[in-house]
This record gives sequence, structure tokens and C-alpha cells, in this order.
Amino acid sequence: MNPENFIADHVSSLPRSGIRDFFAIVSEMPQAISLGIGEPDFITPWKIREASIYALEQGKTSYTDNRGLLSLRKEISKYCASFFGPEYNPESEVLVTVGVSEAIDIALRAVLNPGDKVLYHEPCYVSYSPSVTLAFGEAIPVATTPGQDFSLDPEAFEKAWQPGCKILMLNFPTNPTGGTADFDKLEKLAKFAIEKDLLVISDEIYAELTYEGEHVSIASLPGMKERTLLLHGFSKGFAMTGFRVGFGCGPDWLIEAMMKIHQYCMMCAPILSQEAAIEALRNGLSDVSRMREQYHKRRDFVVKRFNEIGLKCHLPRGSFYAFPSVECTGLNETDFCHRLLREQEVAVVPGTAFGEHGRNHVRASFSTSYDKLVEATDRIEKFVCSVDLENKKSEAV
Amino acid sequence: MSILHETADPRPERLAKILGCSVEDVENELEELRKNKTLLGWVPILNSNLNTPELVRAVIEVKISPEREGGFNRMAMRISKFDEVESCYLMSGGYDLLVFVTGENLKSVASFVSERLATIQGVLSTATHFLLRPYKDHGHILDDKIEHLEKPSVSP
Repeated sequence: MNPENFIADHVSSLPRSGIRDFFAIVSEMPQAISLGIGEPDFITPWKIREASIYALEQGKTSYTDNRGLLSLRKEISKYCASFFGPEYNPESEVLVTVGVSEAIDIALRAVLNPGDKVLYHEPCYVSYSPSVTLAFGEAIPVATTPGQDFSLDPEAFEKAWQPGCKILMLNFPTNPTGGTADFDKLEKLAKFAIEKDLLVISDEIYAELTYEGEHVSIASLPGMKERTLLLHGFSKGFAMTGFRVGFGCGPDWLIEAMMKIHQYCMMCAPILSQEAAIEALRNGLSDVSRMREQYHKRRDFVVKRFNEIGLKCHLPRGSFYAFPSVECTGLNETDFCHRLLREQEVAVVPGTAFGEHGRNHVRASFSTSYDKLVEATDRIEKFVCSVDLENKKSEAV
Repeated sequence: MSILHETADPRPERLAKILGCSVEDVENELEELRKNKTLLGWVPILNSNLNTPELVRAVIEVKISPEREGGFNRMAMRISKFDEVESCYLMSGGYDLLVFVTGENLKSVASFVSERLATIQGVLSTATHFLLRPYKDHGHILDDKIEHLEKPSVSP
């Protein structure tokens, strides 16, 4: 049996995730301090875990409505109105999914015909481009740049537009850069989306973890609710990654189309996770604030240290990632990460794991304790000094 | 203050790094907190279920007679001054003072209660409860198995 005859071309042509390669190396060094983790270091608040346990004790072990429990959709609708702005009908405009990743997948599959084009900004979350490919679309990356703190650049999207573009995919605050989108730029982008008749898929999973100003959702701008799929979930802000529960809110025709795929491939999100999500929205918001305060302090510390060390680092305005440049060391991002891990046992992720536009940068998560951050940045300083010394010696030779 | 609560390493050099100021600034600030009696000392949080010295701890509910001048204050201060008393709180409800006492063994705590505490004029009654096993201390869950769960060291 020749496996090559069996794997679909569009799957076998997908490159391996850079993160997966790096994970294999780091997993052999359990003693290393990892700043490579893309999830909160906080355990899900007890009241949320307890709600899930209680639901299990009550025998809630069944399927739910494909769209998700109505009581959860009602809570989601209320939360969206108060936090993001738009009001969604819980009956027809909200779909509970298995994390935002599933929502992205089924939205792209619901909308794209083979060859349709998707504009997205890069560096970005690892799944965007592969998800477009898997839906037979064509992914068109638009660079966000360190010069603009990796924030939204509407002009760059306008320049990148070409006939056949159907979707504009956004993720602000961004994993891995912490870049955000301010109101004025979103307004410009909204005009562009309307003019070019684009559907916007806006992954706002880090919305609560915004440190400067208020988070603005593009769905809240005039004329945008009807052409925006707002994606959100509980993994980051509520520290519920393992529960795998997220949601999409958008026009009923799109939710209905996504539902068609969701009902066949997923059936529904796990009921225990949905019960936990209800508790999170009803009583977990103070926990979100508490965690955000912690991330905020850690961000200030880490960014300051990177700049002291000489690794130029912009201030990430959201998420829990710093994205410093390693260009000054003369190493590329992959060599930097491999040597840092080998020589100082600290793991950070090469920026190119998040797309080509992440070159010369590394992602360092500050979702870890102060004590580990202090130790890790001290070790990074030692490493950068040793590389600097090497460079000077070789220059002298 | 929140960083003092969070860090397991309160050395001024470490705090200075986190706060982004000089070691001297941190030392001055700590000295000021000591002077105005905000910072009274450091307490390690030890998991007494593991290899820590075996001490006996008891919680004692104490009923006392309030006094015309000062209410419960003089009695509370008097009881607090014993070395055996770790903490002492004025309470609402069925008794007046909640006193945490530590001793090397059961006998030493029992004799403190019967010979020193209960015999003070103004102490009306005591009810002593010995602590058997701690599950959570100063916000830390002891023997928390969750930390040992398998978790990827790098993830997207």
C-alpha cells in the first residue's frame, strides 16, 4: 500500500507546523523554562470547574441542541451586547462551537468555493492559512510590521486586494504579536470591506486581554454586523483552553450554513463545557479582570527586560505574548531559539512558525509566573551576551 | 504590595527587577513599610503534610468579659502577648476571641490552655479544637495534584 496514493493532495501539500517541530525538541528537555506556551498559566477558576462537576453529578451527559444550549446562547448574546456592542438573536445568530478553531474551519468551508481568496494579516495564529487551504481557498497574507507595532494597517489590505477576494480574516489582539486595531483604522477597514463586498471573519479571542484602551470589535461599526462573523471563546480570557468551547455570532444565513457542517462533523460542543461556559459568563468576569491585571504587570516587566537586553520589543497592547526582534544578535529566529534552548534551557518560539512575516522575531509568552519570567529573561540576557562576544571575536579575527 | 504577595522570592534585587526600579528604591520602600508597621515580617508557607517539623496547632474559642474602658481590647492584647499564640482575632457570634496556638505537642498546648489562658481573670470559657490536617493555607492548595498534569511545553 503506498500512502501517497491515499492522502489528498491539498492535505499532503500542507507544510508541517513549525510549532510542532519545535515542540518535539522542547519536550525532550522537561527541565527547560518554557515561554512557548500559547495558553494561560492560570487554572480555570474553581467556580467554573465546579459548575461542570455539578452538571456531571446531575447526570447532564447528553448531546445538546446542535447550536448549543439555549441558556448558553442567551448568555453569549447578553455578553456580546455588553462587551462587543452588537446584539445577536440567540435563536438564529449564535452558534456554540468546539473552540474558535472549529468555528474558523466551518465558516471557511461554508463560504469558500474552490479558488476564492482570503485576505489575512501575518504573523498570525498558525491555523489561518492551512484552514483556508483545507477549504480549497487561496490565502493571501498581508504583513503587519514592527514599525507599526504589528497593529492593523488598512492601507496594506487595500493594496493586497485582488479580484476573487471574498473574506477578510482578522485577529486583534493578535497571537503572536499582541498587535491591536484602533477605532480609526477599523473604521477605514470597514469602509474597504463594504466597498469590496467582503465578509469579515473576526477572531477576537484575546479581546478581554487588552491593556491599552478599550477593545473595539469591527462588528460594532455601522453596516458591519451584517457582514461580520464575530468569533470568540473561553480559552484565553477565562483560562478554559481544555474545555474546548467557543462561539460564532453573525448573520442568520451564515450561522445556518455553518450549522449544516457543524451538525454533521461535530454534532455539538460537549455539554459539560457548555455548562462551565454558562457559569463563566454569569459569574466569572471578576476572575477575568484578576487575570488580566496579572498579565498586564508581567507584560510590562518582560517588555522592559527584552529592551534592556537589546532585543528590540514593541509594547504588545493585547494578548499574552511579547514578540521581540532577535536581528541584533546576527542569528535568524530559528537558530536563536534552538541555541537558546540548548545553551540556556529557555524555550521561545521562532516567529516564522506564525508565517514568513514573523522572521527575525521570536514569540515569548508572559503567561507564566514572575519568578520564572525573571529567571528566563536573566538566562536570555546571558545568551545574548555570549552571542555578542562570539560576534566580536569573529569580527576581530 | 501585590507583588510581595505573589512572589516566592522577596529579595530586594529580585523585586527591583520586577518593578523596574533600583535596588535602593526597593530597600527604601521596604524600610518605610517596616517603619510604619505595614510590613511586619515574612512568613514561609510550608506544606505541613510533607517534611516539616511536627507541631501541634489548635484553634481556641474564648469567651471573655468586656471591660467598661476599652471593651475587649485589653484582654485581647494580654492574650496575644503569649509566645504560644500565633494569631488572635475579635469575632462576632457565639464567642469573643478566636486564638490560634502552636505547641510542640498536645500536652504543651493543653497545659497552656488550662494553666495560662483559662485562668486569666475575665476569661469565662474556652473551647479548644486541634487542627488535624491542612488542605489550604494562605491561598495555596496543599497536595494539589493538578500541577502534575501532562501539559505541552510549547503550544500555538
